[in-house]
Amino acid sequence: MSTRRLVVLGLVVSALVAGVLSFYASAHPDGLTHVAQSLGFASSARSSATSGSPLAGYSAAGVHDPRLSRGLAGLAGVAVVGLVMGGLVLLLRRRSPRRER
Amino acid sequence: MHVPDGFLDAPTSVGTAVVAGGVVAACLVRSARHELDDRSAPLAGLVAVFIFAAQMVNFPVGAGTSGHLIGAALAAVLVGPATATLCLTVVLAVQAFLFADGGVSALGTNVLLMGVVAVWVGYGTFRLALAVLPRRLSSVSVAAGIGALVGVPMAALAFVGLYALGGAAPIPLAQLAAVMTGWHVLIGVGEALITMLAVSSIVATRPDLVYGAHGRLPELELRTPEPVA
Repeated sequence: MSTRRLVVLGLVVSALVAGVLSFYASAHPDGLTHVAQSLGFASSARSSATSGSPLAGYSAAGVHDPRLSRGLAGLAGVAVVGLVMGGLVLLLRRRSPRRER
Repeated sequence: MHVPDGFLDAPTSVGTAVVAGGVVAACLVRSARHELDDRSAPLAGLVAVFIFAAQMVNFPVGAGTSGHLIGAALAAVLVGPATATLCLTVVLAVQAFLFADGGVSALGTNVLLMGVVAVWVGYGTFRLALAVLPRRLSSVSVAAGIGALVGVPMAALAFVGLYALGGAAPIPLAQLAAVMTGWHVLIGVGEALITMLAVSSIVATRPDLVYGAHGRLPELELRTPEPVA
């Protein structure tokens, strides 16, 4: 399989996971949150400075259908992470000497 | 395991941000010099994207608790530990700034726990496991799973260590360590399964791209003529 094909396939899988599968994620608190609740220090959490973000809590602001809202937020995240990491990798590659393997 | 704002006091949060920043800077250099090459670079972008996506899918671990992939060992084995630290840092920063997942003042803490401790403990464990396991290509994904299984509870214990330094509330630390470890061993099992699945699928298709499989390629691969660049 060519690298291009592998990356495209991986991106499709990631988009499906973030855009569709994520709706079926467990809504229970995660390990740390659960521990904080059971030991009684959960209340020391402050709400994030970015809680007003249009994507806060993995739901797209203004989209009322919960499935669509979470799916769109997931796809937006996939796109942003891909652009940022892709850009970083390009920068790092340009600065490093070409090596043979 | 995303730590929200307020769990740790300001000096501890600043301290973790300084340490995390230093490690990330060192990883930028190491990744460019020793890990990223023209052929494997696209995989680094894909790994970060996949980790973001997989982290949205919490899986139940029993008794009203859930966990999700961290992806530290997965990334370290596929693209190298320094590049893995960068992948996790990008994912955690996007989550903190756009999705309000993990506090902004706690970003350094989260990078330290998941992008540094889970990555480097996971990678070190992977290397140890690979040295013990049979010299087969399939051992790479098994060793990656073992790295994941160990890396997750170690990151949880690192949180307990930070909480001992600057936790917001007085909590008995032995009890905190016990329950954090207990839950994160369970989450680590899920992490190990997903890591083995992801690593084995890349090893099955393009073992030459897998950082942790260097030196483990079958003879046949070595005889394949390189395409002229």
